Amino acid sequence: MPGNRRNKISIQSKYVLLFLTILCIGMMILSFATDIASGPLNLVAGYVIVPVQKGIGKAGEWLRNRSDDMKTMTELAEENKQLKDEVTKLQLSVNELQSDKYELSELRQLFKLNEQYSDYPVIGARVISKDAGNWFSTFVIDKGSRDGIEPDMNVMAGSGLVGIVTEVGPVWATVQAIIDDQANLSGMVMSTSDHLIVSGDLELMKDGYIRFSQLVDSEDKVVQGDQIVTSTISDKYLPNITVGYITEIRHDSNNLTKSGFLTPVVDFKHLSTVLVVLEKKQVREEAHEKNSD
Amino acid sequence: MKRILIEILIIIAAFILQTTVFRLISLGGIVPNLLIIVTSSFGIMRGRNEGMFVGFLCGILVDIFFGSILGFYALAYTVIGYVNGIFKTMFYPEDVKLPMFLISASEAVYCFICYIFLFMLRGRMHFGYYIVHIILPEIVYTIVATIVLYRGILFVNEKLE
Repeated sequence: MPGNRRNKISIQSKYVLLFLTILCIGMMILSFATDIASGPLNLVAGYVIVPVQKGIGKAGEWLRNRSDDMKTMTELAEENKQLKDEVTKLQLSVNELQSDKYELSELRQLFKLNEQYSDYPVIGARVISKDAGNWFSTFVIDKGSRDGIEPDMNVMAGSGLVGIVTEVGPVWATVQAIIDDQANLSGMVMSTSDHLIVSGDLELMKDGYIRFSQLVDSEDKVVQGDQIVTSTISDKYLPNITVGYITEIRHDSNNLTKSGFLTPVVDFKHLSTVLVVLEKKQVREEAHEKNSD
Repeated sequence: MKRILIEILIIIAAFILQTTVFRLISLGGIVPNLLIIVTSSFGIMRGRNEGMFVGFLCGILVDIFFGSILGFYALAYTVIGYVNGIFKTMFYPEDVKLPMFLISASEAVYCFICYIFLFMLRGRMHFGYYIVHIILPEIVYTIVATIVLYRGILFVNEKLE
């Protein structure tokens, strides 16, 4: 009987839905508690999806380079002139800094503080795809555990902090940007060493800002334009990596702390290559402990 | 078997397009949700079971690459595929209005699920902001993409039958 058969099918798909729902909830619980669940899936997906994404990424980059070539001569001449001016200015400041540097290295030796972020081992990686939805700012890079990348490693671009590695496959890794709505990090005002919390916010992303809060600054020393770096007390971020500059600062209603916006130094809209720091904060500290023993 | 393989290929293609090419041509940082279009149209054309199958695969891909916990998007897409499958009895290949309506509705529901579970529960209460800047643009852009993509999926489906 046809009616009977239809009935049978509808019961079947109800059971399938129930089964899939339980499976999904099970996976959620499992991945919340451990990280076993995603292991084999990561492998399969990584080998199927990532090579294609890499190809498309390369093609896109080629197109962008071609369009850059189209810049007119006048534009280039103008830019050249500007750059020359800038070079002379920079030359002056380099000289100045050079002399400071000698002094600094002497003092560092005195204090045995030879730690600096130029000596972190880094690896370059290409951004091959970005979040599938419009809610979060995560992206995938084309290097993974085979290149020594592990979760919680810091990611930089140019001179600023981009984010942190959250998941790793054999040939790819997912990075959560600091502008992501779920990202939080402990920062520090460079000039006064006051600590604050930097947290990404989707509402501010369009304007290119990130929020900061919990800044204790009773002497009103922190002003607009101050540099924010990652804090020395952060447990995942390496210290003294530039995050951005304060663009707006105001008192909280409790009159004890301040909060506001900062502009990150990294241009997140046009991110194509990043540097992954191949050293984790904990590992670095353990190594130091060993050295001091 | 051939059908399953082709469906998997379509899902992978949609996922890759959404995360790479469409990111480059996004309007105001918003990309259309191709995976919803795929899930929804297979649900309408082929019924609940296939809607769930396609939805589950789409969701699990998003989960693996971008989800903070595995299974959240998979569940959302599976349910959307199932609900779209219920409307199979009303489906005629010549009629574009029903699929268009269902895909838009699915996209809206998907956005609300994302907002409620991933944002509102973390205390992000400015619903007005999110609806104007994220949800509405995404729905509009997805509808535009549907106009192009749906015919292709319909064509492939008819070839397979």
